[in-house]
Amino acid sequence: MVCLFVCVILSYFYVIIHVVYKVGNVLLPGDVFSFQMPESITDSKPEKVVCGPGLRRNGDEVLVCKSGILRHKQPNLYWIDSQQRRYVPGKGESVIGIITAKSGDIFKVDVGGSEQASLSYLAFEGATKRNRPNVQVGDLVYSQFIIANKDMEPELVCIDSCGRANGMGVFGAGGLLFKVSLGLVRRLLAPQSEIAKDLEKMFPFEIVVGMNGRVWVKSKTIQQTLIVANLLESCENMTAQQRQTLFRRVADGSI
Amino acid sequence: MPSSLSVQMTTQISYVKSPRQSSSFLFTSTMDVCASSSPTLREFGCEQNLLSRPDGSSSFVQGDTSVLAGVYGPAEVKVSKEIYDRATLEVVMQPKVGLPGVRERAREQCVRETCEASLLSTLHPRSSLTLVLQVVHDDGSLLSCFLNSACMALMDAGLPMSCLFAGVTCAIDTDGQVITDPNAAQEKESRALMTFAIDSTERRVMMSSTRGSFTVHELQQCIAVSQKASDKIFQFYRDSVRRRYSKTL
Repeated sequence: MVCLFVCVILSYFYVIIHVVYKVGNVLLPGDVFSFQMPESITDSKPEKVVCGPGLRRNGDEVLVCKSGILRHKQPNLYWIDSQQRRYVPGKGESVIGIITAKSGDIFKVDVGGSEQASLSYLAFEGATKRNRPNVQVGDLVYSQFIIANKDMEPELVCIDSCGRANGMGVFGAGGLLFKVSLGLVRRLLAPQSEIAKDLEKMFPFEIVVGMNGRVWVKSKTIQQTLIVANLLESCENMTAQQRQTLFRRVADGSI
Repeated sequence: MPSSLSVQMTTQISYVKSPRQSSSFLFTSTMDVCASSSPTLREFGCEQNLLSRPDGSSSFVQGDTSVLAGVYGPAEVKVSKEIYDRATLEVVMQPKVGLPGVRERAREQCVRETCEASLLSTLHPRSSLTLVLQVVHDDGSLLSCFLNSACMALMDAGLPMSCLFAGVTCAIDTDGQVITDPNAAQEKESRALMTFAIDSTERRVMMSSTRGSFTVHELQQCIAVSQKASDKIFQFYRDSVRRRYSKTL
């Protein structure tokens, strides 16, 4: 299953062939990361390797800094797939934020990270200095990070590079917002997500998934909304088999 | 040469499903090797991700000593406490009965220094990391139990670390024998008590806390014994984490 998320490219460098870890192994912090080159490449020219989250360069070697499963994507991308609850802002990720304050030209948005992000009032579609967007404190916004690194305050926008909203902006009249782990969110957003496919068979509902672990669900009745919310929260630690039996049981037993 | 060399290894694996249906488990291993070269540790077990509110949590059991750890972070920090280039780590220890006192403060200092040495706190400047440790039962080797549960909780929270650490306690009794992982009765009768935090990459001593009188030779002997015992603990960490991720593999 290929997880779709924006990889924070920490480093790339030239690597010598070494045989130790296979993709799919569980690694712990402090392990020195080495991998096996495919047999087809016979020339001794070193290859560039892109390291994603969980791997850090330390001089000549790459160390694992989070515990998790080693994943690989062709041709040369490696990362550690770890289960985590706390969100750390990353550039380009789309998140659900809650407006906490309006101060002058910017809104302060809570995204669940270590500091609040700022969202300019001009960063909405069709917003000008005279035409302010209709955003109140407490609203939910679906927006994207344009600046998100450890040294600066994170900044959000609700438009893409062409100036169109593209699905972003204020939303959430009715519905339920709840929090799940980051791993589940990545599995939901993957291109061939099985969880999403199973959920679609239940009943019609609207869902917004933020990469900060926040999910917003709205369905026709409150009961259906709660059912979907409970299912998502509980299917985190189930195998595919258990999940499908649970969904089937709920679909049979419900209205 | 020890005359009775009995190796009895029983592994008991029990999968525990908590009400929250988290991917937690209890893994216990008993190893009873009567040889003077191998240190004996009490039965230990661990569980990760058992609390719903903290970002990372763990429970570590060594014999009868049991400790619960919770980690919050990276979270918002007060401007007075923030450090411009690294994360602010705060350790809070709660005893089983009563309010935390000077003894807890001293232990908090030991755990905090060990954690700061192994965490990559420069990746989260101007944030706060809070580690809360709660004593569930104290039957000796409390500081090493704190260290082990802290390490598992930090791993569970997904905080970037450069290495893992394990805590080992050694006691020197009145005869001069070295006992690893002593219980409360053995600690009380001992002449000296030492706790070391050993790192996983090069097995070096990260932190040491000692009480009592001992010679330099005895100290070196205890360090050697602790380094050997830490191998078992690191292997246990690896097995625990592997078991935890076995569902998503």
